[in-house]
Amino acid sequence: MIHPTRLRAMARKEWIQLRRDPRSMVLAFALPLLLLVFFGYAITWDVENIEIALVDHDRTPTTRQLVVALEASRLFRVTHRPDSEQAADRLLTRGDVKGALVIPAGFTADLLGQRTAPLQLLVDGSDANTATIALNYAEAIVGRFGRNVVLRGRTLRLPVEPEVRIWYNPTLASRNMIVPGLIAVIMSIIAAMLTALTIAREWERGTMEQLASTPVSRLEVVLGKLLPYLLIGLFDVAVTVAAGMVLFDTPLNGSVIELAVLTLLFLTGALGLGIFISAAVKSQVLATQIAMVATYLPAVLLSGFLFDIASMPPFLQGVTYLIPARYFVTVTRGIFLKGVGLEVLWPQALFMAVFAVVGLGLATRVFRKELSA
Amino acid sequence: MTGSPSPATTVASAAAPHSDAPPVRVRELTRRFGDFVAVDAVSFSVDRGEIFGFLGPNGAGKTTTIKMLTGLLSPSAGEGWVAGLDIRHERPAIRQRIGYMSQKFSLYPDLTVGENIELFAGLYGVAGDALDIRRAWILEMAELGDDVRRLTGALPLGFKQRLALGTAVIHEPPILFLDEPTSGVDPVARRRFWDLIDGFAAAGRTIFVSTHYMEEAEYCHRLALMNRGRLIALDTPRGLREAEGLRAAGTPGTHPSSGLPSLEDVFVALVQREGGARSG
Repeated sequence: MIHPTRLRAMARKEWIQLRRDPRSMVLAFALPLLLLVFFGYAITWDVENIEIALVDHDRTPTTRQLVVALEASRLFRVTHRPDSEQAADRLLTRGDVKGALVIPAGFTADLLGQRTAPLQLLVDGSDANTATIALNYAEAIVGRFGRNVVLRGRTLRLPVEPEVRIWYNPTLASRNMIVPGLIAVIMSIIAAMLTALTIAREWERGTMEQLASTPVSRLEVVLGKLLPYLLIGLFDVAVTVAAGMVLFDTPLNGSVIELAVLTLLFLTGALGLGIFISAAVKSQVLATQIAMVATYLPAVLLSGFLFDIASMPPFLQGVTYLIPARYFVTVTRGIFLKGVGLEVLWPQALFMAVFAVVGLGLATRVFRKELSA
Repeated sequence: MTGSPSPATTVASAAAPHSDAPPVRVRELTRRFGDFVAVDAVSFSVDRGEIFGFLGPNGAGKTTTIKMLTGLLSPSAGEGWVAGLDIRHERPAIRQRIGYMSQKFSLYPDLTVGENIELFAGLYGVAGDALDIRRAWILEMAELGDDVRRLTGALPLGFKQRLALGTAVIHEPPILFLDEPTSGVDPVARRRFWDLIDGFAAAGRTIFVSTHYMEEAEYCHRLALMNRGRLIALDTPRGLREAEGLRAAGTPGTHPSSGLPSLEDVFVALVQREGGARSG
C-alpha cells in the first residue's frame, strides 16, 4: 500500500513547496510565537498593584499598620490620600484609582474594644472581574489583620489559623495555567490551518490531475503531506514551550520526551483534520475558514483552557469529548504543572490516538483522486 | 505495487503478458454528467506503435474519453482496456503503464525543473541510476540543460510543454495519452514537439493524442472524429480525405479543383452533416 520511494517524493515536494510559500512560512514559524506572546500577556486572571485611594479618618498607628499590611501583599498600592469620601469618589469616577479604602473615625477604638470595626472598600465595578478579586483579597488581608489584633487581646488561647498550600502551582499564577493550555490551543489552530491549504491548492492549480494520473496512492498523498507538517508542528511546540519557560517563567516539571510523543499523537489528528477539510471542500479560502472555525472556537471555549469543563452544562460537557484540544490541554498542563507522564495521561493519549486514526482515515477516504468533471 | 523488487521490473513484467492485446480498446464507452451525455457509446481500438489522433470541436467528448482511459473518471457504461487492463477495476496497474499530459499545464510551478523531474520520477518509482539517465535525457530533449534550477513557472510555455512530456514518459510507459498537448504553443515549438512524438511512435510506443490543429492531424496515423459525444468517422487522414472527395465528386460544384479536399474541409463537412457542433 505504501511505497517508500513514492512517499518520500511526495513528502519532499511538500517540504519544498512549504519553504517557498511565504503564507505557509508565516503560519508555520511566526504565528505560533506571536499568538503565545499576545495571549500570554493579554490573558491573566491575576490582580496586582491595584491603585487605591486611602481616606483615613482615624489616623492611628493601628490604621498605618493596616495600610502597610495591604501594601505588603503587593496587590494594592495607595496612590492617593484624599481628605473626604467625595474626593475619593471623584478619583474613582475619573479612573485614577481602582478602589478607595475608607477608615472611619473610631476604627482603632472599636477594634481594641472588640466591637465590630467597619471598614469600607469602594471598588470600580466596571471591571467586574478585577473588582471581585480585589474585594476578596482585601477581605482576606483585613480579616487577618483583624484577627491578629484580636489575638493580641487574648493571650491565653492558642490561635488556630488555617494555612493554605496550593499544590502544582504554588504562586497560583494564572499564567502558569494559561501558557501550557495556550500552547495546546495554538497548535490546534496552526495545525489545521497549515494543512487546510495543501490539497485544496492542488485542486485549484490543476496539479491534482497530474498527480492523480500517477501510481501514487491516496494514503501516500495524505501521509506525504502530513510528514513535513508533523516536523514543523513539533518544532513549533518546542519553540513555544521554550518561549513559555523563558518569557513567562512557566516551569516544565514533567518529561520533555513524553511531551514530544504526546504532541506527535495530537498533531497527527489535528493535521489530519486539516487535510480532511482541504480534501472535502477543494477551495483554499473555504478550507482555511472552516479550519479556523472548526478549531479556534472549540479549542478556546470547550477545551477547558478558559472555562472549567466540570462546571459546564452536561450537554456541553459531552461535546468537549469531541474536541481534540481538550485532551492536549490536559496533557500540556499535566506535564508542565504536575510533572506527570503517561502513567496518568494514558486516557488522553488513547483519545488522541483515536483522533489521529479517525483524522487520517477521514482524510484518506474523502480525498478522491477521481476528478469530478 | 507492493513487494515488487524494483519499479523497472514491474513495468517490464507487467507489459509482457498483455503484449498481444491492443494498447487501447473501448466498447460502447459512455459517460454521463447528470442528463448530459459527454461520451456516447464510443467504440474503437488502437494498435501498438500507432499515433492515434482524436479530433473534434470543443465539447465533443475528447477530454472526457481520455480521462476515462487514464483512470481519472469512471465510465457510466461500456467497457475499456488499456494495456489489456480493465479501466474500471485495474486503475493503479494502468497508471504505471501510461504517461499522461493534460490539456492544462499541470506540473508544479513553484518547483524547479529538476525538482519536478525528481518528484515524478519518485512517484513512478524511478530511482538511482535510472533516474540520472532519465533526467539527463529529459533535460536534453526539452533543451533545458541550463535551467535545472529554474522555477518551472518561469519557463516559456513551449519549454513547459516539453518538460511535461518528459515527466509523463519518465518511467518509459508503453502508452502515452496527450490531451491537446500543444495548445497555446507557437508553430516552431509545436513542430519540435511532434518530432518527439514521431520518435516515440517509431520506438514502438502507442500515442493517443487529441488536438484541434489540422496540420497536427496530418501527423497522425489514424484519426477518430468526435462530435456531440459520438464517434462520427475513423480512418487514416488520406482515407478520410478520399472518402470525402468521392462524396463531393457526386455533388457538382462543391470542389472545383481536382485535388482531394483538405482535412479541414473534411472535418467541417462531417460536423455539419452531423448537425453541427454542440454549443458550450
